[in-house]
Amino acid sequence: MTAAVFSRTRNGSALPLAKVPVVPFDSFRGALLGELAEGRRLVAFFAAPEPGAAAALWAVLADDGPGTLGVARTVLEDDGFPSLTPAAPQAHLFEREMAEQLGLRPQGHPWLKPVRYRPSWRPGHDAWGRSEGEPILPAVGDFFRVEGHEVHEVAVGPVHAGVIEPGHFRFQCHGERVFHLEIALGFQHRGVEESLLGGPHRQTTARIETLAGDTTIGHATAWAQAVEALSARSAPPRAQAMRGIALELERLANHAGDLGALAGDVGFLPTASFCGRLRGDFLNMTALLCGNRFGRGLVRPGGTLVDLDEALAAELGRRLEETMKDLRGAAELLFGAATVLARFEATGRVDPATAESLGLVGPAARACGIDQDVRRDHPTGIYRFTHVPVMTAHDGDVNARAFVRWLEAQRSYDFVKAQLASLPKGSIRAGEKPIRPEHVAVSLVEGWRGEVCHVAVTDAEGRFARYKVVDPSFHNWMGLAMALRNEEISDFPLCNKSFNLSYCGHDL
Amino acid sequence: MIRTLLARISQGHRTMLWPDGPAPALAERYRGLPTIDAGRCPEACRACADVCPTEAISFSAGKPAIDLGRCLFCPECEAACPEKAISFTRDYRLAVRSRDDLRLDGAALPLAKALDAKLLSLFGRSLKLRQVSAGGCNACEADVNVLGTIGWDLGRFGIQVVASPRHADGLLITGPVTKNMELALKKTWDAVPPPKIVIAVGACAISGGPYYDRPEQLGGAASVVPVDLFVPGCPPHPLTILDGLLRLLGKLEDEGRVAPR
Repeated sequence: MTAAVFSRTRNGSALPLAKVPVVPFDSFRGALLGELAEGRRLVAFFAAPEPGAAAALWAVLADDGPGTLGVARTVLEDDGFPSLTPAAPQAHLFEREMAEQLGLRPQGHPWLKPVRYRPSWRPGHDAWGRSEGEPILPAVGDFFRVEGHEVHEVAVGPVHAGVIEPGHFRFQCHGERVFHLEIALGFQHRGVEESLLGGPHRQTTARIETLAGDTTIGHATAWAQAVEALSARSAPPRAQAMRGIALELERLANHAGDLGALAGDVGFLPTASFCGRLRGDFLNMTALLCGNRFGRGLVRPGGTLVDLDEALAAELGRRLEETMKDLRGAAELLFGAATVLARFEATGRVDPATAESLGLVGPAARACGIDQDVRRDHPTGIYRFTHVPVMTAHDGDVNARAFVRWLEAQRSYDFVKAQLASLPKGSIRAGEKPIRPEHVAVSLVEGWRGEVCHVAVTDAEGRFARYKVVDPSFHNWMGLAMALRNEEISDFPLCNKSFNLSYCGHDL
Repeated sequence: MIRTLLARISQGHRTMLWPDGPAPALAERYRGLPTIDAGRCPEACRACADVCPTEAISFSAGKPAIDLGRCLFCPECEAACPEKAISFTRDYRLAVRSRDDLRLDGAALPLAKALDAKLLSLFGRSLKLRQVSAGGCNACEADVNVLGTIGWDLGRFGIQVVASPRHADGLLITGPVTKNMELALKKTWDAVPPPKIVIAVGACAISGGPYYDRPEQLGGAASVVPVDLFVPGCPPHPLTILDGLLRLLGKLEDEGRVAPR
């Protein structure tokens, strides 16, 4: 990577701020665009409050081959700067986010709309010229429109028909055919990132664990890794193995649930019924570990809060085997049914070039043949010692996204079985150490939806000057919009389910 | 077809017998109703209150009280207490009818009583709910969803989640009610024909939960609509939610299942 601009680091490591030079914006922009053109990925791009200036801009790039990360920063004196999005679509939502949070103006951004419909963190600086105190209504504003004979618009949400989080979907249709889908979120916005400034606070862990409730372990592990990096300590091997077990159980639960939901959306009721129950059985295994079905109260900076004794490990192994047998039956039935494949195949396709340019992550990316997985490319903790094979498919359709999930579930099962059989001995928590001032730490975790990224920057007192959270959904919502192009609107639920993205993880 | 039938046989019958039979087994480490033994509290000790992430623990006259509406049932207070004065039991029965009932200071939790006779006659054997997530993290939503699966089969009690507020008898609300969901929630409430009820599921919907002090949220469902049933937890176990629903509908009392009329 461009060494004068990007400081090299690794997942789960911290750099002193002195080692990340503040470079002029033009060099920052030039180097960032150059790296992205050469295939590096934008894992985080965000603004932070900067006294005496408009904002500091931070970029974190991943070089998946050698497993390195690059961190760069610049300081903006003015609110305006030339947008990177026209040259690098991966930046599109990040730039909208920084415009909303810090009142910056990425000039030339093709679709500069709010992300979460909230006031700016810098009173008096608003990217859209709204006055202070002016009410901001979610999803109110311009939407992309297609004009023409018999073209019509369909608006859905925020409240949906099922038990599901809120979001607004605006379709431009010609008959049944969708020309364009625009997704407006922000309804779930709870102010998480702003509340993390100046932390950690007593509420921080609970907020991390509820960033996206179905990814409690993913986010809690990213948080723990970030704090461990900042305080120069590491979790004991036994705790790392337990975190790995919990992360894979989370993946198993959600992948099983998704297979069932996809089956339900094409009216294939046997697998829908079986998987609804099996998801719960996996959640109960997480409860076996820590008392909570979503893994709350398990992962903490320094290790884990509770241990896994031999009897519990044996019970977990027994249940896992039994549940996996049933999941195998349910999945084989699903993928063996011609009626299911007829609905799954060639529905909601995303081509690899689009997936790459948007920076998709997780199963949605791997279903397009993009061979990337944090567990292999940027391994931390137990994944440095036990490798999980990366599963890809190539069609980029609903079937590929479903099948990758099933393949991954099998690998997760193998991993958990192996870990239970050879849990490292020793303690589960490293002693407390203070967070180092003026450092930056990058922490990536391959959550079940994809790459979870936390970036922590500390001030002179060792408090968070910025704590950036990138849920995999933040990268992937645009992928869903692209999957709908030229599809029938009636296939929206199926396509949506095949991504199953987080609303609150996006809205923060 | 034959493969489907074989799979069906292999998966077996999975609907639980509860409440007519035993309740499903809860994990050994499950944290349900907390108990407080204030007699053990050392003088001026505030260890539990100091670590509580939602300021759910308060002291009056040296005795701690827990607001179960805010409690996340996390292990922090139990771990911080030097004298084991606070501990979590495995009692999953937590739902109450009034917000004030959730302030636990040593007395028994007054579990939810049934709706009044008129509402019971309307909803007792058929209750249709519209679910609104208003800032929920998808954990409460997931554990409400679970009630619809074959293991729990909510439909056998005449309870069903419906796709339109106009088909509903009430709302089941999750999340702290973000400012950005306030209008949508009000509109959904207005669209439900009266008489109607509201069920608040989870710490967020009762008090704002982990977000209790954030200006982006309103502090729970009761800030917008009148709430008839409060189900604490983060998230509540599905068994806790179902127990609350059945009590509200008069199908379950402390003595056990109430025989159908």
